[in-house]
Amino acid sequence: MSAQKPHTGSQASGARTGARTLFDKIWDAHVVETLPDGTALLYIDLHLTHEVTTPQAFDGLRAAGRKVRRPDATLAVIDHNIATDASRYTGIVDPESRLQVETLEKNVAEFGVPFIPLLDDRQGIVHVIGPELGRSLPGMTIVCGDSHTSTHGAMGALAFGIGTSEVEHVLATQTLLQKPAKNMQVLVEGNLAVGCSAKDITLAIIGRIGTAGGTGHVIEYAGDAIRALDMAGRMTLCNMSIEGGARAGMVAPDQTTFDYIARTPQGPKGEALERAIAWWKTLPTDAGAHFDRVVRLAAHEIAPQVTWGTSPEDVLPITATVPDPETVEDEARREQFRRKMHYMGLTPGQRLQDLPVDVVFIGSCTNSRIEDIRIAASIARGRKVADGVRALVVPGSGLVKKQAEAEGLDRILQEAGFEWREAGCSMCLGMNPDKLKPGQRSASTSNRNFEGRQGPGGRTHLVSPATAAASALAGRLADVRDFQPKDAR
Amino acid sequence: MEAFTTLTGIAAPMPKANVDTDQIIPARFLKSISRTGFGKNLFANFRYREDGSENPDFVLNQEPYRRAEILIAFENFGCGSSREHAPWALLDYGIRCVIAPDFADIFHNNSFKNGVLPVKLPREVCAQLMEDAKMGGNARITVDLERQVVVRPSGEEIPFEIDPLRRHLLLNGLDDIGQTMQHAPAIDGFEAKQRAAQPWLYGA
Repeated sequence: MSAQKPHTGSQASGARTGARTLFDKIWDAHVVETLPDGTALLYIDLHLTHEVTTPQAFDGLRAAGRKVRRPDATLAVIDHNIATDASRYTGIVDPESRLQVETLEKNVAEFGVPFIPLLDDRQGIVHVIGPELGRSLPGMTIVCGDSHTSTHGAMGALAFGIGTSEVEHVLATQTLLQKPAKNMQVLVEGNLAVGCSAKDITLAIIGRIGTAGGTGHVIEYAGDAIRALDMAGRMTLCNMSIEGGARAGMVAPDQTTFDYIARTPQGPKGEALERAIAWWKTLPTDAGAHFDRVVRLAAHEIAPQVTWGTSPEDVLPITATVPDPETVEDEARREQFRRKMHYMGLTPGQRLQDLPVDVVFIGSCTNSRIEDIRIAASIARGRKVADGVRALVVPGSGLVKKQAEAEGLDRILQEAGFEWREAGCSMCLGMNPDKLKPGQRSASTSNRNFEGRQGPGGRTHLVSPATAAASALAGRLADVRDFQPKDAR
Repeated sequence: MEAFTTLTGIAAPMPKANVDTDQIIPARFLKSISRTGFGKNLFANFRYREDGSENPDFVLNQEPYRRAEILIAFENFGCGSSREHAPWALLDYGIRCVIAPDFADIFHNNSFKNGVLPVKLPREVCAQLMEDAKMGGNARITVDLERQVVVRPSGEEIPFEIDPLRRHLLLNGLDDIGQTMQHAPAIDGFEAKQRAAQPWLYGA
């Protein structure tokens, strides 16, 4: 799992005895062979692919005369570089994007890889469609050339992002050479406060452990606040594990998971499902299993969160004020802090709620599922987006979009002044036409507030879908607790 | 992949933590379908101004660091996106070694697969090496993978640790797919057993 030195806790295949974690069990079940230095040849059950991180991998296969070993365990979709407006129906405008998309189409045809075309209803963000279609299942090993592959850990799978060389390795061999990761448990107990959601939990966790806090670890999220989350919430939580430095985050499968899978179009059915559930029920961490690190949070202490800086760890409750760099002792760190303040256009002591927003983005693999859109619509209902604010709602997949439209959420949002878009990665990463302009400030439900992430010079504040919707209405970063849903009538 | 044995060159100091892969190569430059050509957009958001001209304040736009082959930074280098375009951009620019207190996991893996050596040294040592690097063109730093030492301009040697398998692959420029292919019978056997136990994983 990691580049770290192997540790004694996680022995490879079969050698481990006694109480095991969810991660240990999935790891053990996928070790094909252990090399003399402790590196495992790990079998991969599902390989998700998209247009950005695969062209060079398919080229490598071609150059070496290699085939895709398991096309049936591979799925390709276009998500990163496409427009999310109606222009997709008339062809991709940007020539480089078009070439990348056409290259994927050519590669999947040549290598026999199942592919969801751009205009298919099932098209969407790779980390939304895997679970939604029933392809991402408990107990699986799942990889994709994308760091947010950690999302699929919500299913009770071991899912992590890989580079393009590793994509090629998996295409050719259906395996990866990996060293076991350490086990980290994040326990969130109690009830979440009104207005808070999984996004606030994950931001609070990253604020606590830092962006390198999970490096070399797989995080298992546990505790009754996690159990109480629906699958969308668990996906949001696992999605941002990578922002805490952990390549993978996981939630043990339970009845919520099984019920979700039973409703998916491609998940196992009937007897196969019963047989699968019997195995999945053996996966949760055994009592007394060892975790190398445990972090505890009390759910009721978590307020709606918002990032102020250019790293996801720069996070505060919405009621806070902008911190002062001069309080930082280390000179290099103080200088970096000043740079963040300058980039974000902030003054120490400013109230976060006084910061005006130009753009609100509700979408991305973190928060674009039907549950996220329902929350946004419930807050937007009967209200108006503030003058001068551009607010986008970008469903995570064509199926999410259809579902939202069937529920009338698109109308509620559009009546309030939100744009209703086609599925894709959109404004999360500044790779397609949806971008911030230099100096624009956004409240975004995406996952990274890095400098330039949403477009060069763009200023990103990461928030939950509820906070994003409230901020669109207020025209500034807003406390969602001031915007309770109006009556549905 | 080109082998990495010993490198002596100019080191560029970048006294920042959390240098993420969006900084190394912004997403708008990821549309190429080749592995080369990313060097001109390495650190593009810092290297160029809005009008496309060079930003003279950025280290790689200053002499002698334009010719840097080594980069020295602080904690959590390479965090964020899994894009292998990050080491491709470094390599294409001419940087074959990054020295930092620690690295994000995916970037760390990706670097090794492309002949870019990530060297982990404590923050104090990185700070010291940055001071060395600030002395400019005459202050060359050597990274010797064979002997696992970084040699300061003063001649002082600083040992570093590295995974033996990764060291072996890098020293010899080996591609690990070919190596894994030798385990094909074991992979066949694994699949046969798994297919019997978990048939829902097959033939979707």
